Amino acid sequence: MTDPTTLRYTEAHEWVLVDGDTVTIGITDYAAEKLGDVVYVDLPATGTTITEGHVVGEIESTKSVGELFAPVSGEVVETNQAVVDSPELVNSDPFGAGWLIRVRTSSIGELLTYDEYRTHTE
Amino acid sequence: MEPNNPVEPNSSTEPPTNGRVSPLDEVHRAAGASFTDFAGWRMPVRYSSDLVEHHAVRTAAGIFDLSHMGELVVEGPEAAATLDGALAGLLSALEIGQAKYSLILDPRGGIIDDLVVYRTGPDRFLIIANASNVGTVESELRARAGGSAVTITNESDRTALIAVQGPLTLSIVCETAGFSIAGADTRAALKALKYYRCIAGTFRGEPILIARTGYTGEDGFELYTAAESAPALWRALIEVGAPRGLVPAGLASRDTLRLEAGMPLYGHELSRDILPVQAGLGRVVALNKESFIGKDAIAKGPATDAPVLVGLRGEGRRAARATYSVYASTSPDAPPIGVITSGALSPTLGYPIAMAYLNPAYSAPGTEVHVDIRGTRLVASVVPLPFYRRSS
Repeated sequence: MTDPTTLRYTEAHEWVLVDGDTVTIGITDYAAEKLGDVVYVDLPATGTTITEGHVVGEIESTKSVGELFAPVSGEVVETNQAVVDSPELVNSDPFGAGWLIRVRTSSIGELLTYDEYRTHTE
Repeated sequence: MEPNNPVEPNSSTEPPTNGRVSPLDEVHRAAGASFTDFAGWRMPVRYSSDLVEHHAVRTAAGIFDLSHMGELVVEGPEAAATLDGALAGLLSALEIGQAKYSLILDPRGGIIDDLVVYRTGPDRFLIIANASNVGTVESELRARAGGSAVTITNESDRTALIAVQGPLTLSIVCETAGFSIAGADTRAALKALKYYRCIAGTFRGEPILIARTGYTGEDGFELYTAAESAPALWRALIEVGAPRGLVPAGLASRDTLRLEAGMPLYGHELSRDILPVQAGLGRVVALNKESFIGKDAIAKGPATDAPVLVGLRGEGRRAARATYSVYASTSPDAPPIGVITSGALSPTLGYPIAMAYLNPAYSAPGTEVHVDIRGTRLVASVVPLPFYRRSS
């Protein structure tokens, strides 16, 4: 599992791991807990161009539907097939095996630090 | 990520600070429950996982706090006659210790609430109303009783309701020390208690009403007791049940369980705009009674094209949700033929299920329809209700 203190965050409860020009995106433990048991994940296909702030996927639990907003603009270079096959990974390991997509991006906008995000969810 | 269509909109690990609380609130907090606001009550939505709790009820047992439900006692020499005039069913025909699912209708035949009525004495009935409707039901009953020789008491605030549901319920309740039924072998009496029957007893000396009723599609008991007696009862049942797989279960799993069992939920499948026959509840109405409120409208019946409640089975894993529109085809010009009232990916069956009100021309089992799931039309088939029926 990735150390959550090293990640960046959005107010819409996504986390972003920056590695050069590629970022890995998932949803936070807080969001997973709010949703309940995740049973279906709909992710953009590899090669899709996504735009920051736009809805690019859906995360459904037994009780509700969450929309995935793109935290950055860029091209999807990988989707996590394991989480599509086993959506419960979003609950069991949201910062690790439950990652959703990898995106190649040329610019990363303003994102929250761990401490800022925790303040936001209090 | 933003949850945009939660069934429990205020679900949170932080309990809402306003609103009414269950007598078991401290117990739930100690168990790490997430809470939701339900009809002004802070109630557990889940303890660990909706799915774990759902499966536990289907395979072992779950224990639910339903203390938000309303309890109204109607008693007096004219109690039975009053209820015959006030409710849709023939309550005077109930034997002592018998329960009946019933409805309270408005003069247009619309459903004010669905109820479970227990006859607890020759002239005494206990009526269970939904938390959101108990005030309305109480005032309607008072108005409908008029000058009859009955007293109506709202016992909701001092009554706790604990439901134990699932195939292991009987053995768990039988092996929990402290239950006593006067003049009877307690275990034998519990085993002999039939579905939709109740028996008065005590738990550690405190009065308790033991009912073989529920809202999950499984065998189970619903236990009514004084609010202050509830924590000891809850803990005793968990102590015996936990080693056998009983878990505390929240309102999220209760909703998926009742949906699989094809049971309507007020505010989703039932409302004042729905006549009982539209909801498949024609059998609940005793039209042979001389008079009751709503009779004329029920006798006349809804318009022939009034929507009717159906079950829908989908494909894949995307569930239709309440308020989504249903269409006859994928054509963008196709007019809607109905609306989803409840839906989920069925934890037991593994495919999406939903209940919907559809134009009766499309209500025959096997009919293919299309549900608009956030912009995508997905196919579903009309199927008979319930989706799930327990074996044996």
